[in-house]
Amino acid sequence: MSNKMMGPRPGGPGGRMATFEKPKNFKETIYKLFSYCKSWFPVIIISLVLAIVATILSTLGPDKIKDITNTITNGITSPNGIDIKEVTTIGYILIAMYVSSGLLSYIVSFLMATSTQNISKRMRGDIASKINRLPLSYFDKATTGDVLSRVTNDVDTIGQTMNHSVTTLVSAITSFLGAGIMMFITSWQLALTAIASSLLGFVIISITMKFSQNQFKEQQNKLGAIGGHIEEIYSGHNVVKAYNADESAKTKFENINNALYASAWKSQFISGLMMPLMTFISNLGYVAVCVIGAVLTMNGVISFGVIIAFMMYIRLFTQPLTQIAQGMQNLQTTVAASERVFEFLNEKELANENAKFQKFENIRGDVEFKHVKFGYIEGHTIINDFSAKISSGQKVAIVGPTGAGKTTLVNLLMRFYEVEDGEILVDGINIKDVTRSELHNQFGMVLQDTWLFEGTIRENIVYSKENVKDADVRAACKAVGLWHYIKTLPEGLNTILNEKANLSNGQRQLVTIARTMIKNNPMLILDEATSSVDTRTEIIIQKAMDKLLSGRTSFIIAHRLSTIKNADLILVMRDGDIVESGKHEELLSHNNFYSELYNSQFSFSSEQGGQSVI
Amino acid sequence: MLKAFKYFTTREWIMAILALCFIVSQIYFDLELPDYTMEITMLTQTPGSSISEIWITGGYMMLCTLASIASSIAMGYIMAKLAAGFSQRMRSLMFNQVESFSLEDINKFSTSSLITRSTNDIRQVQMFLTMGLALFVKAPITAIWAVIKIYGKGFEWSIATLITIVCLVIIVGFIMIFVVPKFRKMQQLTDNLNRVTREQLMGVRVIRAYNAENYQKNKFEVANHDLTKTQLFTGRTMALMMPTMTILMNGLSLSIYWIGAHLINKAALSDKLQIFGDMVIFGTYAMQIVMSFLMLVMIFMFLPRASVSAKRINEVLTQKPSIIFGNKLDGNGKRGEIVFNNVNYKYPDAEDCVLQGISFSANQGETIAIIGATGSGKSTLVNLIPRFCDPTSGEIYIDGINILEYEEKALRKKIGYVSQRPVIFKGTLFDNINFGDNGSDETNVKDAIAIAQSKDFVENLDKNYFSEVAQGGTNLSGGQKQRIAIARAIARKPEMYIFDDSFSALDFKTDKALRNALREATEDATCLIVAQRIGTILDADKIIVLDEGRIVGIGSHRELLDNCSVYREIAESQLSQEELNNV
Repeated sequence: MSNKMMGPRPGGPGGRMATFEKPKNFKETIYKLFSYCKSWFPVIIISLVLAIVATILSTLGPDKIKDITNTITNGITSPNGIDIKEVTTIGYILIAMYVSSGLLSYIVSFLMATSTQNISKRMRGDIASKINRLPLSYFDKATTGDVLSRVTNDVDTIGQTMNHSVTTLVSAITSFLGAGIMMFITSWQLALTAIASSLLGFVIISITMKFSQNQFKEQQNKLGAIGGHIEEIYSGHNVVKAYNADESAKTKFENINNALYASAWKSQFISGLMMPLMTFISNLGYVAVCVIGAVLTMNGVISFGVIIAFMMYIRLFTQPLTQIAQGMQNLQTTVAASERVFEFLNEKELANENAKFQKFENIRGDVEFKHVKFGYIEGHTIINDFSAKISSGQKVAIVGPTGAGKTTLVNLLMRFYEVEDGEILVDGINIKDVTRSELHNQFGMVLQDTWLFEGTIRENIVYSKENVKDADVRAACKAVGLWHYIKTLPEGLNTILNEKANLSNGQRQLVTIARTMIKNNPMLILDEATSSVDTRTEIIIQKAMDKLLSGRTSFIIAHRLSTIKNADLILVMRDGDIVESGKHEELLSHNNFYSELYNSQFSFSSEQGGQSVI
Repeated sequence: MLKAFKYFTTREWIMAILALCFIVSQIYFDLELPDYTMEITMLTQTPGSSISEIWITGGYMMLCTLASIASSIAMGYIMAKLAAGFSQRMRSLMFNQVESFSLEDINKFSTSSLITRSTNDIRQVQMFLTMGLALFVKAPITAIWAVIKIYGKGFEWSIATLITIVCLVIIVGFIMIFVVPKFRKMQQLTDNLNRVTREQLMGVRVIRAYNAENYQKNKFEVANHDLTKTQLFTGRTMALMMPTMTILMNGLSLSIYWIGAHLINKAALSDKLQIFGDMVIFGTYAMQIVMSFLMLVMIFMFLPRASVSAKRINEVLTQKPSIIFGNKLDGNGKRGEIVFNNVNYKYPDAEDCVLQGISFSANQGETIAIIGATGSGKSTLVNLIPRFCDPTSGEIYIDGINILEYEEKALRKKIGYVSQRPVIFKGTLFDNINFGDNGSDETNVKDAIAIAQSKDFVENLDKNYFSEVAQGGTNLSGGQKQRIAIARAIARKPEMYIFDDSFSALDFKTDKALRNALREATEDATCLIVAQRIGTILDADKIIVLDEGRIVGIGSHRELLDNCSVYREIAESQLSQEELNNV
């Protein structure tokens, strides 16, 4: 009766290789996890109770098998033969026990799957809405990949391991204790034999686990290293080839690959030892029980049925050992993953604005910056003392070298970041006194990186606005000069834009401009809207934007000075302050920073593709 | 999956066979054990047997157990080494294969797919080899062997075992049929959820500007709901597995005893003990058989994934590199001369040519600029020179020799190439510039950095020339990365430079200073510059204007302004009227 039960792990084919992780603060996180799952507590507790009942039922099984065996052995020698009636009765009892135990464990798994999946769902939802409530400054330090991995990997890990660790631990402990008690009740001599051999096994297993953990960590590091190298060399293929660097790349690759081989076979070997060792332990117990049991039977201390029962007890007793070890590890993983999730959920949020009722009415579009001071990092001021007054309908251009704080001004105006000192007024109202959404409703925005999502062209243009007529969408497309192109697509406005986007950079930008037109907000912000397209496309976009700009207060950040010559007001920024302002010709005649910028060449480029913020 | 085996070496086959031997010996010892159990059973039930006999039998049992674990450890050792070694070799094969690919070959798979194939897919195969393969062999052998052992020991018991196995296979198969497709769907839904989240993160500014938080949230909820629904289904269905299996196996041992009771009752007195022994043994073997089947079912869950991976690896390994190099080590005396003769280029399977009828020449020391709208074929044109891809028709000569005849390294040694997106490798700045066969002269590197206008920023870094750069150069700004990439080309001291729109992230002052410094330092090098900005290329000796893959104008700035409408359009969009007249 060798012990090779291989429970199916959720996660399906080839469940992931466990990499063990220890949470930083186990107690605190597990407390948080408990309170997060509060609404599911009744279900979880019911299923735990059921799990205990199911396990007790299955530990009672061997006792009945013992009875059957004894009935049979007694019958062999007795002249009356075997008491078939007795056998039948016990058989039916056993069937009832097996079936009800099975049914109960199914109910447990069902309930646990249901509750953990629902908890995971809630967690994902909470993370997603948390994203909306975080200040933008959070995203300066966190990478997309990091947040993404919390939404999927970490929550998945929690879903998979929590489900398993909790029930497994409870039923394993029950089974361990139950089998232990039953063994002592049945025969204390054999119980001691079994426990002694299992204890030996447990020591061996813990040593192996310790080893395999280190090897796994080592393997994981090497895998990371080789993945990084492969990614780097593959994506720099042309450069590697062009510089005849394949040899050195290969040498480096082989070095990592050799190290990976060493840690890979060791970790595979050691983790592969687990199963044979488990089998060995249970066989060891089996042999010990057989021999000692046989001796005891011969001496008349126990009946033969006891041996049969013990062969099953051994399984019920040793199996939980690995399960407990695994369950503990799973629990650690759950907690480590939850720690990261809660860390994210507890990030500082934007201030609640429910108490702000002020609204803009019949907005004119006067904007005033008053002694604005700001820095992304505390103590590192980028904008020192910025003041400017913009009247309704003016076209304002903001120019200056990289790092001068052009985009920062927009970030402050939209309240993506809050000013440190000074204030920004729109129509005389401090923008801090209205809600962000009310403020955002006054501005249309076109950014350098054209943000489109997977969806139809129509969805991308209409976006969050409701009740938009098709005629309006068509009009917007015509206005930006996209309509002709859209008509040539077989699906027209319903063409789905995806990663292999069928649109060129310029066309993508036109879509975002159309989106802004549909939104139709009283003021406009164009942040380097044309810097990523070639110059011919730029003309088309420029025309589209001119339509958009007419009659609205607008802020334009541009790197090509030629595009903003007709602005009503040019603000020249340098090191966070306005050094000059005025119209193009005026500024040129001053023969100052602006004319230097302008004359150094006709085109002035900011650093493309860099961060949009700094 | 079978395809993976064809990459086994003789040594690996020998290891596999050795492992097989250990598997067989392990099975032998595992199956011996119950025989001794039977012996002990008989001893206990036969009055008058001695205690010492039991001890001796017990000793044999112990030996069996030890021999079994020894075999299985030996097997595990061999298999771990085999699998790790095999995947090490496969990884290496893949890496070398990909390194020999041309751009076209890479595009057949896409870079990201090649990365997954070289990492994840190989890992899948490795996992299958270590864990699955041994079981795959072991399970059927155990099952058959056990069947032979109990063959003829009791028809009724065999029927009971058979029924259990059939039930098991049907139930597990049923669950699998329903669940496996859902697992695949779950992967898609996870990707979908990921996409929506990524969207939300990338577009965070737009979303806020449009007050679209709720819109985005609803979208996420839909994706979240779909995923949870599928996960609930798979979770609940998989929950059936364990209880079903437990019931079946417990049921089997119960029925063997139940049937046994009847059989013993019917038997003659002398046979009773023998049947009792058979019954105990049968219980053990039957369990082994059922377990083996269970293992097989599990492996069949594993197999499709590993086999898909093996197929994906094989696809890469069987892809023939499309570019073959010649053996000429140098040109015929000329230096820095490039000639294009009626070159056409078409992507495989595409209908239209990307480049059509391209002919031009560049002499030593000349600066040739290429300008045109996005998609006009500028990058493709310069990619033909280092043979990242080959023309569909037409010839290219460097220093008087057709580039097809050059040996790979000799051809590339002539060229200093700077890609559109700066490629920066993890390591020090020094390593990044002193890259490949650039040589390792420190003053050379310093000079290159100075020419690339990077001296100031580099010397301000903590460890200046030896400062660490992160993977992808994430700790450098766009302009800094571009300048480092340019310095790398300069340090090479090539006959010709290719700048594929490599000045785009530099402000105009730096751009100009860099090009002036470069001109001074390398008077006799030929320069090919792809650019979007007129300012960058104004002073080129020759400007080539590309439009939809054709040359629509060649000449100096002045000439082109007068007689090339495409060029004039580009110029007008960037320069004012006075500027147009001034230059």
